[in-house]
Amino acid sequence: MSEMTIRNRNNHIRKSKADRIFDFIIYGVAALLTLLALYPMYFILIASISDPNLVAKGDVLLFPRNMSLDGYAYLLSMDNLWGGYGNTILYTLAGTVIMLVVNIPVAYSLSRKDLAGRGFFTFFFLFPMFFGGGLIPTFIILNNTFHMVDSFWVMVLPFSVISYYIVVARTFFQTSLPAELWDAAQIDGCGNLRYFFQVVLPLSKAILAVIALWAAVGHWNSYFNAMIYLRTPARFPLQLVMRNILINNEMAATAMTGSAAAELNRKANLIKYGAIVVSSLPIMTMYPFVQKYFNQGVMIGALKG
Amino acid sequence: MRGPSVLVRAGRNWGLYLLMLPAMVIFICFTYLPMYGVIIAFKDFRPAMGIWGSSWAGLKYFLRYFNSYMFTNTITNTLVISLYTIAVTFPLPIILALMCNQMYARKFKKFFQVSTYLPHFISTVVMCGMIIMFLSPSSGVIPKICSLAGIQTGDLMGNAGAFSSIYVWTEVWQHVGWDSIMYIAALSAVDPQLYEAAEVDGASKWQKVLAIDIPMLVPTMITLFILRCGSILGVGFEKVYLLQNDLNISSSEIISTYLYKMGLKSNQYSYSAAIGLFNNVVNFVILILVNQFSRKISDTSLF
Repeated sequence: MSEMTIRNRNNHIRKSKADRIFDFIIYGVAALLTLLALYPMYFILIASISDPNLVAKGDVLLFPRNMSLDGYAYLLSMDNLWGGYGNTILYTLAGTVIMLVVNIPVAYSLSRKDLAGRGFFTFFFLFPMFFGGGLIPTFIILNNTFHMVDSFWVMVLPFSVISYYIVVARTFFQTSLPAELWDAAQIDGCGNLRYFFQVVLPLSKAILAVIALWAAVGHWNSYFNAMIYLRTPARFPLQLVMRNILINNEMAATAMTGSAAAELNRKANLIKYGAIVVSSLPIMTMYPFVQKYFNQGVMIGALKG
Repeated sequence: MRGPSVLVRAGRNWGLYLLMLPAMVIFICFTYLPMYGVIIAFKDFRPAMGIWGSSWAGLKYFLRYFNSYMFTNTITNTLVISLYTIAVTFPLPIILALMCNQMYARKFKKFFQVSTYLPHFISTVVMCGMIIMFLSPSSGVIPKICSLAGIQTGDLMGNAGAFSSIYVWTEVWQHVGWDSIMYIAALSAVDPQLYEAAEVDGASKWQKVLAIDIPMLVPTMITLFILRCGSILGVGFEKVYLLQNDLNISSSEIISTYLYKMGLKSNQYSYSAAIGLFNNVVNFVILILVNQFSRKISDTSLF
């Protein structure tokens, strides 16, 4: 709306010279920033299909050269990478469902003005945003009290309540569900639970999508909890495997000798570029289609609840 | 309100409490119980004796940290990285949002936004892998481009003096677009009549930015600034830890990486918990102070 009015006005009033210079600078800088944002990702893509020697010499900057799929062929043989991929898909699906199941109902309850003890519960759920026990006490509780270390559940359950998601969803419920709706449902004899499941949830698909996408990206990209709480390599998620490949240079499952090792060393960077592409592909290709939900979420969160 | 009526209200809405139950159980077990577990910072924690059964140690572990040579080192590194990060990553998203707000070519604007948001979704591991590969003195693309321009960079990852700059400017690349969304949202709420009135008065675009856009962003700026101040000693562990190496450790060992190594690599649980508690308390106190200060002078606060 506002953009349209301004644009129309600009057509009526001739732009001053200062304004034209201003526009020129804005669009020029924006074009430059767009290139800066995209180039590193583009470079990874072309480096992953070029001759590694040319890449190392700095001869591959704009277009791929001596294209080959050797790097990807080697990646196919890396069982730990695909195992990590499978684990991550599992953790992401389960973790996202759990996050929706625990956070959304809390957000709804806290959004209700007639909730007795609302102040206490709000404090209870938001205080951990600002203070926590810290890494070591949390580790000791999970390890010694709950014996959850190195299990599937430690990846999806203990850290599933996210105060920020609750704040955003609560704001959504407060601003988008009219109080009269609940009054009317109550008169018809509808209880809280039935109202939540049959009226609130179907009206709240937008916020469910926002939280689900945030949770999924968070699970897909995280390595910290896995590094702290997992021991068995077969349970490692993709990002932990990626850390071993990218940061610790662990390419082969077994030690190699002589020419095989030299060949692998030559290809090391090629394999790394390819691994980056393979591990980031799902999110990067999905993102442009779902980006409106991410933006929506941040904007809901920006409203003061 | 008096007691009985609260109980009556609570009883009528029992369903709402049931909806909160799963999250409450999870929070009590995995978030509030560790807050109680923090008392091991004041004890000689032995796993066999349990948290309560271990004997008291008083402030022994806090004093050990304050007196160790790592204290000044970790605090300094944390503060340098943190303040540098705030100084750079706080204003840049605002400038980006102001720019974005000036673009009327819809398709270009959309493309600009999608491209600048995209790096936000790269994982920390991949980001650090990219940084290390791009900066490699033998095969990295950045030293190559620099040498084309006649600049010799040397081994940047092995240069302790370059660590904070590498950390901060890659943060900018990854998150500046995303961090601007809040400000773009705030700008989209500006009443178009303000712009029209300014135009009638002959204001240029630049004058409109100064007189309308920037004042409109002040409340958002203050809220985000308070939040940032609440984590001054809370520099993210994940990225620093992955970028650390033996050559840059003198400027890359921060509180959180040090306490991780002490706690989980050398099993000094109580010592590590004491460092963590000290860190959290300082952050919390700074948050409260900045919040109170802001409430006094600007009427904007978190709570």
